[in-house]
This record gives sequence, C-alpha cells and structure tokens, in this order.
Amino acid sequence: MIRVRNLVRTFGDFTAVKDITFDVEQGEIFAFLGPNGAGKSTTIKMLTTLLRPTSGTIELDGKDPNRNQIAARQSFGIVFQDPSLDQEQTAWENMELHGVLYHVPRKVRAERIETLLKTFELWDRKDAMVKTFSGGMKRRLEIARGFLHTPKILFLDEPTLGLDPQSRNQLWTHVKALNESEKTTVFLTTHYMDEADRVAHRIAIMDHGSIVAQGTSAELKAQTNTESLEAAFLALTGSSLRDEGADAKAGLRQMAQMWRR
Amino acid sequence: MGAIYILWLRELKRYIRSRVQVVVSLAQPCLYLFAFGAGFSPVFRQAGLGSYLQFIAPGIIGMTILFSSVFNGIAMLWDRQFGFLKETLVAPVSRLQIMTGRTLGGATVAMIQGTLVLVICLIFGFRPQSWLSLPFAFVFVFLVAMLFSALGTAIGSVIKDMQGFQLVMNFLVMPIYFLSGALYPLANLGKVMKVITHLDPLTYGVDGLRGALIGHWQFSVALDAGILAAITCGFLVLGAYLFSKIEV
Repeated sequence: MIRVRNLVRTFGDFTAVKDITFDVEQGEIFAFLGPNGAGKSTTIKMLTTLLRPTSGTIELDGKDPNRNQIAARQSFGIVFQDPSLDQEQTAWENMELHGVLYHVPRKVRAERIETLLKTFELWDRKDAMVKTFSGGMKRRLEIARGFLHTPKILFLDEPTLGLDPQSRNQLWTHVKALNESEKTTVFLTTHYMDEADRVAHRIAIMDHGSIVAQGTSAELKAQTNTESLEAAFLALTGSSLRDEGADAKAGLRQMAQMWRR
Repeated sequence: MGAIYILWLRELKRYIRSRVQVVVSLAQPCLYLFAFGAGFSPVFRQAGLGSYLQFIAPGIIGMTILFSSVFNGIAMLWDRQFGFLKETLVAPVSRLQIMTGRTLGGATVAMIQGTLVLVICLIFGFRPQSWLSLPFAFVFVFLVAMLFSALGTAIGSVIKDMQGFQLVMNFLVMPIYFLSGALYPLANLGKVMKVITHLDPLTYGVDGLRGALIGHWQFSVALDAGILAAITCGFLVLGAYLFSKIEV
C-alpha cells in the first residue's frame, strides 16, 4: 500500500532523511518510532504531498504523491501532530466540510458522518462549536474526520500527544476496530512505546534520518535482546537527549534579539 | 465546485456568527461619518462644494469594503495558527479552488458590510441622486470587494505573525484609504498628491461609487470599472500564485 524507495530529503547542507526504504502492506498498522528530530515528521510530510523529496520514490496505493497529487490525496487521510479543526464551526460542520472537500457524495456523507460521530462518541455534541471541546474530544473528532472519506491509508502523527490514558486507550480501540472493519492501512508515529507495542503490527525505528531497524515488536526485542519495546528502542537509538532543530520562527526571534543588541 | 461553495459558506457563517465583531466593525464608519461628516461640513459648504455628508458617504462605504476585505484575507493568519489551513491544503482539490472559495467568501462579507454602511449613511441623511442608482453602485461595491479580497488573500498567504498584520495595516491599508479621495476631492491637488492618488486602486472605486450614487465623477464609469477590473485580475493571479506557494 505504501512503497518507499531510497527516499532522501535535504535542507541546505542538512540531511533530514537519509535514503530510507520501506513497505507497508494493505490493512497493516505500521508504527514509525524515533527520537525527536529523527526525521519522522519530514517523512510524513513527503508521504502526504506537503514536501517534495530531494530524491527517491514514493507510491501510495500505486500513485506518486508528487506527480499525481490530487489522486494521492484522495486516497489517504491525515491527522496532524497539531490540531487542524475549524474551531468556529460545529463538529458536524467540520465533518461536512471535510466530506465536501474529499468528494464524498451527499447521501453517503450524511450516513458516514453519523456513524463515525457515534463511533467516536461525539454524536450528542455534533452541534456544539469545536472551541468548546476538550483536547480528547478534538482529537477524536479529527480521527473520525480522517476516516470520513474511507481512505485507503490513514496517517496519524503523534495522535495521542497530551491525552489522558483513558482517551488514549479509547482512541486506539476505535482505530483498531476501523482498521479491522474497513481494512484501512494505518501509518502512525508516537513517543509512547506501549501504544506502538499494543497497536502496531510492524514497527520501524528511525534515528538521525535513517531507519535503524524494522520488524514486529517481538523481532525488535529479539534482535536487541531486550524485554520491552522501550528497552529495544533505547538500545537501538542510544539514551542521549536530542534537541529538535528550532523552527523558522524561533530562528527569526533569535535574529531579532541579536540585531537589537 | 463543491469545495468553492463550502469554503465560501464557511466565511459567511463565521461572519454571521461573530455578531460582536459585526457591531464593532460598523462603529468605525459611523464615527467617520459623524465626526468628519459633521466636523468638516461647514468648511466644505463655505468652499461651495455642497454637503460634505453627501460627499464622504461613498468614501466611507469604500473604506468599509476595503477594511473588511483585507481583514478577511488576513484572517488566514488565524487559520494558519489554529491549523485549519492545513486541512484544506492537503484536501484533494486544487489550491486555486480553495483560494477562490476563500476570496469569494471574503468579498461577499465585504459586500454585506458595505451594504450595511450604505443603510447607515441613509439613516444619517445621505440621499443618492436617484434610488435607481443603487443597483448601479453595486457594480462598484462588487469590484472593490473583489479587488481587495484578492489582495487580502495575497497578503494572508505571505504574512505569518501579528507583526506582519500591523505592518500591513499601517503601511498599506491606511494609506490606501487616506490617499484615495474618500475624504477630499481630487480636483486641484498638488502634482505629487495627484500622482499618488492616481496610483491608488481605491481612488477608482470611490470615484465609481461617488459617481453612481451622487453623480460626481472625477473620471468616468468606463475608466473606473476598467481599471478596477484589470487590477482585480492582477491581484487574483498574484493571490493564486502566492497561495499556491504556501508551505505548511
């Protein structure tokens, strides 16, 4: 379903993604793990047409996201690391807008919105403004929205960041259920090893822009001779701390401070 | 088409739901009408130019459309900050459609604002030369709204923080307003002012509105409408280009 060959992305003289190759099968839940700044988000951006690769090829359901952007976008859904809902519209309106943008026919749209909002336990709040929602509810709405156009692939970029254990648990239960009932391929990133261990069929571990290991959780543990996925992760990526590169805004702020001096 | 419609509808909903903002945004034109309209009225009359209220009402309508349109474009800043922009940018529709929906939405809101201010002007005692001239004036309301909404989209695609917003307000929007002939007649201006006012797109919008509403033309219908339409096309192309270059 996802086929990535020799993918490279450089920013100036910094190589964020160094020649990575992997495959994700249809119906699989695939977890992408790695310390901050390992290149996970850059990879997701390239997979979801938001960033052009420097070199290498990507196929999503047989489509090249660079040459055939619109078709590729139709075939996947994405839940971003940070929220992307319209706060000033209701839950239902957010779903409706997404459905229209993704060409879901009117009748199917209404039915699916109802089913998904019910699944994610948001139906009784469908007419409430999103700005009145809690963090967990917003996340659930975003994931429900991601499933709306029956995508072949769903990208989840740290979907459980900042959620309490109850919400996290519930969220993965729903994602797993939909992965089984609709055969949606799920590509996720997370910092919670227990989640990856429990949810993902296969795991790839990324560090310094390269994939350092991939396989099932059991394989990774066996390969590193460790008891838990967390221990395997630390064995593969080392225990030193990573500082994520500051974003452009932080850079500008720094510059402004320097000039003022 | 669906995408354009739903994004247009979104802009409209946001406008209708922010009632406080609607009232606040109407307060400013009222203040201009009252303070300038009443304050400069005696001088204007002494100069033999007739009623100042009659003169500035079309200018205030133009100002309202200008502010509303550009604001709507800059509101993209919030969508960027709250992440909603991303949701539309990864959707399987072309950026041109997204940009068109947003721009048309912004223009529609600006036209509604302009209409409300026209009603306020009528309440203040403004009288058009004939009631039939109102539909004629709407041609210019539409052109001005489209022109500055397209400019708003172009600006909104580029600025990324609140400082940029201040910059645009102080160095672009306010000068466009003050140098447009909205507040004073363009006849007999100095050379420099003449050049500057003639470069300001709002000048042609205000002249068109004033011509249509009170029959006071500096230029002509054809010139005003032609220039506005041409600049609108230019800004639409610019807006579409800059919008297509947004990276998230």
